[in-house]
Amino acid sequence: MSVIFILIIASLTIAIGFLIAFIWSVKTNQYDDDYTPSVRILFDNELRSKQQSNSKEKNK
Amino acid sequence: MIKEPEQRITCYHCGENCEEETIDKDDKNFCCQGCKTVYEILNKVELCDYYTISKAPGANQKSKVRLDKFAFLEDVQLQQKLIHFKNEKQSHVTFYLPQMHCSSCIWLLENLAKLDHHIIRSEVNFLKKEVSVVFSHSNSSLRSIAELLTSIGYEPHFSLNDLSGKAIKKYDKSRIYKIGIAGFCFGNIMLLSFPEYFSLGVIEEKGLKKLFSYLILVLSLPVFFYVASEFFVSAFKSLKQRYLNIDAPIALAILITFGRSVYEIIGGNGAGYMDSMSGIVFFMLIGRFFQNKTYNTMAFSRDYTSYFPLGVTIINEEGVEQQVPISKIKVGDRIKIHSNEIIPADSILFYGKASIDQSFVTGESFPVEKSIGEIIYAGGKQLGGALELEVIKDVSQSYLTSLWNNDAFKKTEEKGVSYIHTVSKYFTFVLFSIAIVSAIYWQINDPTRVWNAVTSILIVACPCALLLSATFTNGNMLRVLQNFGFFARNAGVIEQIAAADTIVFDKTGTITEQTNSEIKYEGTPLDEQIAQYVRSLAAQSNHPLSKAIVSYLPSYKKLVVKNYHEEPGAGIVGMIENNKVAIGSLNFFNPNAVQIDVGTKVYVQIKDRVYGYFAIQTNYRQGLAHVLGKLKERFKVSLISGDNDSEYSKLKNLFNAKQYFNRSPQDKLEYIEKLQKENKKVIMIGDGLNDAGALRQSNVGIAVTDNVNNFSPACDVIFDGTKFSHLDDLLKYCTHNKLIINISFSVSIFYNVVGLYFAVQGNLQPVIAAILMPVSSMSIVLLTTGLSTVLALPIKRKYKLRGRLFLKLI
Repeated sequence: MSVIFILIIASLTIAIGFLIAFIWSVKTNQYDDDYTPSVRILFDNELRSKQQSNSKEKNK
Repeated sequence: MIKEPEQRITCYHCGENCEEETIDKDDKNFCCQGCKTVYEILNKVELCDYYTISKAPGANQKSKVRLDKFAFLEDVQLQQKLIHFKNEKQSHVTFYLPQMHCSSCIWLLENLAKLDHHIIRSEVNFLKKEVSVVFSHSNSSLRSIAELLTSIGYEPHFSLNDLSGKAIKKYDKSRIYKIGIAGFCFGNIMLLSFPEYFSLGVIEEKGLKKLFSYLILVLSLPVFFYVASEFFVSAFKSLKQRYLNIDAPIALAILITFGRSVYEIIGGNGAGYMDSMSGIVFFMLIGRFFQNKTYNTMAFSRDYTSYFPLGVTIINEEGVEQQVPISKIKVGDRIKIHSNEIIPADSILFYGKASIDQSFVTGESFPVEKSIGEIIYAGGKQLGGALELEVIKDVSQSYLTSLWNNDAFKKTEEKGVSYIHTVSKYFTFVLFSIAIVSAIYWQINDPTRVWNAVTSILIVACPCALLLSATFTNGNMLRVLQNFGFFARNAGVIEQIAAADTIVFDKTGTITEQTNSEIKYEGTPLDEQIAQYVRSLAAQSNHPLSKAIVSYLPSYKKLVVKNYHEEPGAGIVGMIENNKVAIGSLNFFNPNAVQIDVGTKVYVQIKDRVYGYFAIQTNYRQGLAHVLGKLKERFKVSLISGDNDSEYSKLKNLFNAKQYFNRSPQDKLEYIEKLQKENKKVIMIGDGLNDAGALRQSNVGIAVTDNVNNFSPACDVIFDGTKFSHLDDLLKYCTHNKLIINISFSVSIFYNVVGLYFAVQGNLQPVIAAILMPVSSMSIVLLTTGLSTVLALPIKRKYKLRGRLFLKLI
């Protein structure tokens, strides 16, 4: 039966891990805007960042 | 009139018809230079994918933004307030862009870095219509970014509200954390309690039992000390004010459940009722979250500062124009107001031709012409050219803004005590009586059971069912109402609507549509040539009536108008192909004639012959007559308007009730106050700033708007004007609120009776509590949400509502 001690502690640790992940995701504003990312993901991201656009210019 | 089939050419940028001129560029048509310029800017940096994501995604660029409009952004103090993060290299700023409307917009605005290399990153929040920009401030400035955004058709909007400091109100996330933690603890405690329930208290291994119950104790600590704290705080506050709110009995139940469970666990007598406790806390928090889910894209507490611009041009003593923040305007300053700007303070017209749209301030439907020396009140919007004004009152002391100094704006947010609190009082009273009676009974018969029985009663008869019924019913009703374009500020509003007995309407913009006035021509029919004369002449004027006539008459080629003359407030005259053409009010042609309905009839005269007139009528909202008919059955209806009484006779048939015209914003507020003194519960339905006082004073203030994200004054409900014909059904739906809550009360009382049956005998097993608690909570949740959804079905079917309308609105 003592295996149950290990199982319970393991399961609690995993559950606490998910709880922390949840709090972290709320804290980092991941639920703030639930619409824009769904549109954003459909764009080609060739010109998203400055570095990329700069390197493009150099290629020209 | 013969209408020639027109070939519709639409603008590649904004999708509007190219009416007067068509500019070609790269085989694409543009309606104006502005649209073409935007295209050229984007074309140069290869951002033309903008046009492939959505068709004609741009905003019309016909009205040019003047060059130095954003000069005020160079003010350092102002910058500090707008920029929310700054280090040596970069600054972070958020712009509000009202024009944002489609996926093309998101794409373009997230690629701002391509247009200006000093912009490091830009990110869009589409629902809030905001773009946050990170830029390097050594090479770029706030002003240049604002101008860049304007040049591509997204003019940022700044309002005085952005500066007040309190504007940046961070969304409180603590409730979400609490729900997460409560759910976590509840689930785990329940799992750990199962072995005990299934073996009915007999667990063979002593160590295991001990481990389980201590783990339960540890897991319940965050629920009791952190998650449930808001119930204790609220209960404590209400007791301090000698008033019993619903949180008080709940806090007591939590306290007793926790105390008794700790006692049992430490004493080694059992696992306690920790799962019931964390369960009710979890469900109640979800209910509150559901009910208080606010629309973060909408603002219910705007005051005049949201409408006023941030900066204004002042002309100093040397005659030099200067951009200053609005807060720096003093009495005596000379200010310059450009076309389409809002006048920030009461002032005297010094120079220029003023044509002021005061619909928002006074409710007048047509612009008012003002001559030099006249006072112009703050809040009006200049439609003509630039004006010079001398400020005579401070911004906060002006005619309109002083309304906010009224007591109505100082009173606390709470409008009436919720019905649920009253019920909870009786509930608590009955509960305590039962507890005392059974305590006395056991004291006589078996004193060892007293403690057990009393705590069991308080544990099992927790009023959480009451709270759950109310929160889930209200929460679901808010969601249903929202699908019909009816956005209530909070759940209390629904109860207030259900209790109301009087409705007061505003006229302009509320029961009339803001756009699309209806035009009819009466008199000798105009042939093609004459129609063209009139159209060409009217096209010279900027007056809204002229504009309405231009759009009404079919377009042919433009004719040259000579000797054009405009008599403000009367009419316009000009020579076309050697014919004298004039349009205007009747006394423009005949000074002796008295025209009763000025501003609604425009006469046409060619070569001294009056042909007829254009009757311009305000369009009432669709279904107004029907809605009013229905509402009159249940409410006392009246109308109070700031406009003149030219529509009196027409409205008389519709309203058949009291009508007041030419009322000031203050009068409106006092009228509502007067009704309330007669013990009436008043719903005020208005739209503009001139209704702000009345909306605030009323029991329920409903602001009607044609764009829910647009500006509406402080109110309890924002209502989408296009759904106006649903109004009576929606108000009726609110009255179901009480019925649903009462039904679920009865159900919860049944559960309470079952629980009390065990409790008064003093043998409430944790397993019974553990079964009763989730079953009753779940059935109440299902019952309330189910009932409120079913009751909405007839309305849904009536208006054939499909899908989620809310998403389409934004």
